Parts: sequence; C-alpha cells; structure tokens
Amino acid sequence: MNALPAFRAPRWAPLAALLTTSVLLTACGSGNDSNSGSSRPKSGGTLTFAVGSDAGCVDPQQVGSNESIYSVRQTVDSLTDQDPRTGKIVPWLAKSWDINADATEFTFHLRSGVTFSDGSQLTAQVVKDNFDAVPKLGALGVLAQGYLSGVKSTTVVDPLTVKVTFREPNAQFLQATSTHSLGIESSASVKKIPQQKCSDGVIGSGPFVLKQYVQNQSITLAKRTGYDWGSSLWSKKGEAYLDKLVFKVVPEAGVRVGSLQSGQVDAISSVGKANEAALGGGQVTLLRRANPGVVFGLGVNNARPLLKDVKVRQAILAAIDRKQITDTVFPTGTQPATSVLAQTTPDYTDLSSDLAFDAAKAKSLLEAAGWKAGSDGIRAKDGKKLSLTISWFPNAATNQPALELVQQQLKAVGIDVVLKQGQVSQFASTLQGGDFDLVWSNVTRSDPDILRTSFSSQLANFYRLPATSLDTALSGQAATTDTAKREQLVDEAQKLIVQNAYNVPVVELQTQLAVSKKVHSLDFDSGSRIQLHDTWIG
Amino acid sequence: MRRYVIKRLAQAVGVLWAAYTVSFLVLNWLPGDPVTAMASAGMDSGDVDPARLAALRHEYGFDKPVLVQYADYLGQAVLGDFGGSVATGRPVTSTLADALPQTLQLTGAAILLAVLLGGGLAVLATYTARRWLRQLLLSLPPLGVSVPTFWVGLLLVEMFSFRLHWFPAFGNDGLKGLVLPALTLAVPTGAQIAQVLAKSLLTALDQAYVETARAKGAGRWRVHLRHALRNASLPALTVVGLLVGQLIAGSVVVETVFSRDGLGRVTAAAVTAQDIPVVQGVVAFGALIFVTTNLVIDLIYPLLDPRIVVASDRRAALA
Repeated sequence: MNALPAFRAPRWAPLAALLTTSVLLTACGSGNDSNSGSSRPKSGGTLTFAVGSDAGCVDPQQVGSNESIYSVRQTVDSLTDQDPRTGKIVPWLAKSWDINADATEFTFHLRSGVTFSDGSQLTAQVVKDNFDAVPKLGALGVLAQGYLSGVKSTTVVDPLTVKVTFREPNAQFLQATSTHSLGIESSASVKKIPQQKCSDGVIGSGPFVLKQYVQNQSITLAKRTGYDWGSSLWSKKGEAYLDKLVFKVVPEAGVRVGSLQSGQVDAISSVGKANEAALGGGQVTLLRRANPGVVFGLGVNNARPLLKDVKVRQAILAAIDRKQITDTVFPTGTQPATSVLAQTTPDYTDLSSDLAFDAAKAKSLLEAAGWKAGSDGIRAKDGKKLSLTISWFPNAATNQPALELVQQQLKAVGIDVVLKQGQVSQFASTLQGGDFDLVWSNVTRSDPDILRTSFSSQLANFYRLPATSLDTALSGQAATTDTAKREQLVDEAQKLIVQNAYNVPVVELQTQLAVSKKVHSLDFDSGSRIQLHDTWIG
Repeated sequence: MRRYVIKRLAQAVGVLWAAYTVSFLVLNWLPGDPVTAMASAGMDSGDVDPARLAALRHEYGFDKPVLVQYADYLGQAVLGDFGGSVATGRPVTSTLADALPQTLQLTGAAILLAVLLGGGLAVLATYTARRWLRQLLLSLPPLGVSVPTFWVGLLLVEMFSFRLHWFPAFGNDGLKGLVLPALTLAVPTGAQIAQVLAKSLLTALDQAYVETARAKGAGRWRVHLRHALRNASLPALTVVGLLVGQLIAGSVVVETVFSRDGLGRVTAAAVTAQDIPVVQGVVAFGALIFVTTNLVIDLIYPLLDPRIVVASDRRAALA
C-alpha cells in the first residue's frame, strides 16, 4: 500500500503503479491478496498479537501510541471512517453529514439502533457528552483536544442529529471524526474522570469489548455479540470473525520475532530492518504502509541567522541523498520523501523533482550565498563557519544511523553538522523553547491540515516561519469544504514549503507488522493502524 | 544487644532518607518535567498548546520551587503516600503493590537458585580432590559474573522457548513462566556467592581448628560442612545482603527481556516518562527492602558468630 502512488491520479501514477505492482503483491499485501491457506473466511478463534509497549492507558480518546491504539481502537466506533486508499471520508456511526460553506458548522445524522456494550443507546446527546468532555481530558487528551480546538458548542438538534460549531473555519474536523481519538464512548464512560477511564477502560459500541487489562502485560478483548453497525469500508457485515483478541506486551524485538516464529503469537508490531532477515520466507507475511502526515525530516528553525537565508536552506534540501538513506537504514519498502507530506496523506503532491539529490546545485547555492570552502572543506563567510546542529531524540532506532548519513552528505557540500541527542521527554520543550537549528521529527496525521498546525506562522509556529503567502494557503484550505479547491490550496502549500525549504523532508515513516500466514485480512486503516473486524484465522 | 539494634535501625532510616533525597534531586536536575515528557510521549502526535502545559504543570505542582516540592513530597511520603503517577494517574502505592508480588516471586526464586547453585558449586569445588574438576568449577563463577544478564536471558529464551518449546518466552503465567527469568537473574548472583564462598572455604580449611577436627577423627564431609562451612558462610551472607539490591536492579533487565510485569518494568517505564512520583516510590521502596534485608542479616551475624555482639557491646560500654 505504501507503494500506491497517490490519491488523485498524478501524471506518473500509471507508470509507478506498473513498476511497483510486483512489490505490492508480495510485500505489502492488505491481507487478502498475500495470505495463502484456506480461502473461506470463518468465524471463531483467538488472535494473539505481541506489541512492544504499553502506554498505561486503555481509553481510545487518551492514547497516542500506536502500540496501544492497535488494541483499544477496536472497542469504539467513530462517526465516520476514512478510506485508506482514497482518503475519502465515509459513513460509520453517522449515516450522513452536512457542512456549511465556511466549514464552521458540522451536522451529523446518526444511524439508529446502535447500542453500547452496557446496553445504552447511541443518541445525539451521547455525542454531545463526548465532545463536551474532550477538552477536559487533561494531559493525555492532547490529540483529541487538538481536533476539537476552537469548538464553540455541540448542540442536539434532534435525538439522532448533532451539530458541532466552531469559532473559526475548521475543515479538518470531518477527518478528525474518523480517528480513534474522537471515538464515541457511552455517556457513563465520559462522565468518569480521565484517569479512571485510562485504567478501567471505557464502554464503547465497537466490534470488540475490553475484557481485561493488566498493565504492562496484556489487553484482552472479546467479540461484541450482536454488533451490526460496522464501518461502510468493512467487507463483513455484522459481528467480527474473531472471538477473542489478546495483545501481549513484549518489549524485546528479538523475543517478539522468536515468539512469532515459534507460534506463541500470531502477529507482532514494530518490525525493524534487523528483524526482516529472520522473518523472511516461511510462515510469516510482512505488512507495510507509510504513515500519513508530515514525513520524517529536518524541522528548520527559520529564525536562526544562518537558516534565515533561503539559499542555505535550499542547499541542505539538495545536498541530501534520500535514496541512500532509505536503502541503508530503513526497512525494505520505505520510500524517500517526495513532498513534505507522505504519499498516504490525502491531497499529497509529488514534488520529487524538487527533492532530487544534487550536490552540485547545493554547492553553487552556497557559493552564491557567499559561503566559500575553507581548507578543511567546511565553508565559511566573514570568518564564520557554516556549522549547524541537528537535535534528535531516540524515539526510533533508525534516527541515529539516518542522521549520521545526513551529516556525511552535508559535509560533502561543505556544511558542518553536529548531532545533538536529547531525551524523548525534552522534545516538546525543545520545540517550544526554539533552542535548535534543525530538529529531526515527523507527525502522523491523515489530513493535510497538519501542514497548518505545523507551519502556519499564526499558530504555535515552532519552526519560526515568517508570515508569508503560505499562511493564506494554509488558512484557506482549513476554510473550504470544496474538495477541489482544498486540494489546490494544499498543493500550493506543499510547493511553498518545499521550494522555500521551510522544512527538509527526508523519508516516509513506515509501519511494518509481521503476521502469521494463517491470519487473513489484517488490514491497515487510513492512519496506518489496524482494523480487526474483518480479520479471521484459518 | 538493644543498643546494637537501635544503632542499626537509625542507620537504616538514614539510608532511606538519603536515597529518597538524592533521587529527588537527580530527577529535578534533569531537563524537562513529567508534563512535557507526556506531551512528547508519542513525539509524532503533533504540537501541544503551551498554555495547556503550563496549566497541567500547575495542577501537579511542578511550577513550585524545588524545595517546596521536596518538602511536600517528603511530608506525604513519610505518611506512606507517594501521590499519583503523572503518566497513568494511578496512586503510586497501588502501582507498586500490584507489581511487587511478581518481582518478589522472581527475586525470591532467583536468590534460592543462586544460593543452591552458587553454594553447591563452591562446596563441590573445594571438596573435590580432583585438580582439573576444581579448576573447571572455579572458572565458572568469573564467567557468570562477566556475561551480561540480557544476553543470558536471550540465550535461554532462544534455546528453551523458541527451539525446544519447553517454557513460554514471555508473561507472568505460573511456575513455567518463572523458570527462565529466575535462572537468568540467578546466574550473576549465584556466581558472586560462589566466588566469595569458595574463597572463604579455602581459607577456613587452612585454619588450625580444621586440623584439630581432623585430628579428632572427623570425616571429610563433616569437617567440610560442620566446621569449615559454618565459619566460611559469614562473608557469603554479607554478599547475599548486598546482592538483594542487585537483584532488584537486575529485575529491570530480566523483566524487560521476559516481558514480565513487576517493579523492574514499572521502574523502566517511569524513568522514561520522567514520572517523578513513581520513580520516587520505587526508590524509597527498593531502599526499604535493601535496608531491611541488611538489617536482618546484621541481626543474624551474632547467631553465627557471638563475638560480633560482644565486641559491639563492649565498645558501647566503654563509650
């Protein structure tokens, strides 16, 4: 799926599709195609899934870690769902919706007959209770709160119609309703204090129900009997196939791999390049999909004296050989960045020509900016060396080797780079404080509005961008419900960001799972997490 | 004897206080705080409103001066209340209470194995008359001490779980799940016991009273176990006391490799998240266990060697 080029057929789509078809079929199977074994789906059985960590919380509205989302996502339904192939928003708990022209009012028409696992009915009031409670979730609710920021009110129009009003245009909200963070919980659950929801779990209307949560050890879910309101994207109607899901927390990657091979578990998460060889062939399928959102790259502090010069930023952009980095460091199938957005993000534009590796161009840009090579190969201007710091945080094993390559590549054009490692816990304060030249980061989000959150000079503006016409494009896309117009504005924003090198995109983050061949239809959703309603064992 | 006990108790309280204070200061010197740590937990989940972070910091009291925070925490801790975890919101005491039984099982089994294997090895190595066997046995403890615990763990998992399917690779389920982790943890511990005990056994066997016992016609086993071992076990006992601290530390690695729930995992998670209340709870609790074990061992000494108390009391009487 990661190799599927784009959502709205760009010019090169047919060629790329042709070239990558074989890769697609073997490597990135969406369950059905790649898995062999018995062909008829059947009900029953238990899926045991080993994940690497436990966030200490089983409330979908409060978890941010993929490892926890895999399990708790299954306990709640959302108002809408998002098609991972097209990015289109489709019905789930809401049959339909209306949005006013400037994207400030969203009216959802709910499906009738939906019940939570405690027997209570889904009504407009329940949705209102959820959205009213989200802003009070506290520290762990930042993701959900972001989606609802600027909300003015949520009103019950009639028992099955609910209207959400924002103070400012907020086009991303429709996609936000498809996320696990805005999954709908029972009124009884949302009335609990956030910490209690975290440790006890919540009552949802999802295809699975939380049976047991043992912190740092396991999350056990059981099939919700009588479930009949699945997302319009799912192939099976009614209840899920599997009777039980057991998520085991196994922090050691080697132990996860061995457990899968020895049949102690059926699927594992967080498979790195080092594990691929061990898992190749045999009874295991590797599932891959690029995470949507802002790709991994160098976040530029545009207010730093050296980096205020567009030529220096553009030189960095051209000096990086993305293919070398993905081939050397990242798991098979990982794609070099071809825009500031990943290919799996709706309204992604292919800017690979702007992101081509061109050391000669980088050198001439630096020459033109007055940076002359010194005796040690490092450029200098007015006696000052062209030396920059890249701050990075060990949240992925690939960070350090990737950045060491970046360091070499930049040195080759005369830019000296110092790598500065921080603690993951310092990430937010580093961005806020602004004490960085370049910072290695990414953001997972399957709506292009993430560009506005990250790069608008009118919001938090952690990358210290100047106020430019980029702001107009970014606020424009947030204020339109016209998909063609939004696409055009997002396209313009991507071009402005890449061509001005406000950010230096490097590589798409890829989620890689390994699944036993007896497991079928374990599918990625639009956020590159998983849905297990259609999954069966046989 | 009473003075001896009171003195040891006072020392124990001192150690507890010092451990609590030092860990508090270290955690506070680290850049950032639990709230920003939480906000960056996923790191890829997007930007966070600074005003909201400030409000949360205020809620947890992280905006107060360090000394005030320290006084607040210490006051509560003395009453047995370590507050709530910042990351999960659960009370620290119940987090620890949940994790404790698992770790006690693990460390208990490990120390039992360590004493049996380490002690057995030392006795056998010093008893055997075959030179090559003695050399072989005595070369094992240094090996056991020097191999890293996580490597031993992974090796055991690979062999006995992935290949032979005898034991599960992860989890806290039953006795079967306990074997490999306890063995992993027992390797370095047992090796140290063996080293100390073998050395002191060899020294003891050279002593005059052993000659006397032999001259009286006591058998080799009797001399070895009744006479030499009793005297030689004193240094080994001291080591066991110190090793309890090492076992708790070792549980961080072993519980991670074997995916077991317990204090070690709680510690690792709390340190990563800079969850100060939980780390403080773990430190205070670990120090408590360490201090208690050593206190008990201090109190056993006089039973093994009456000279210890006599000396202490005589000094006290002179003072």
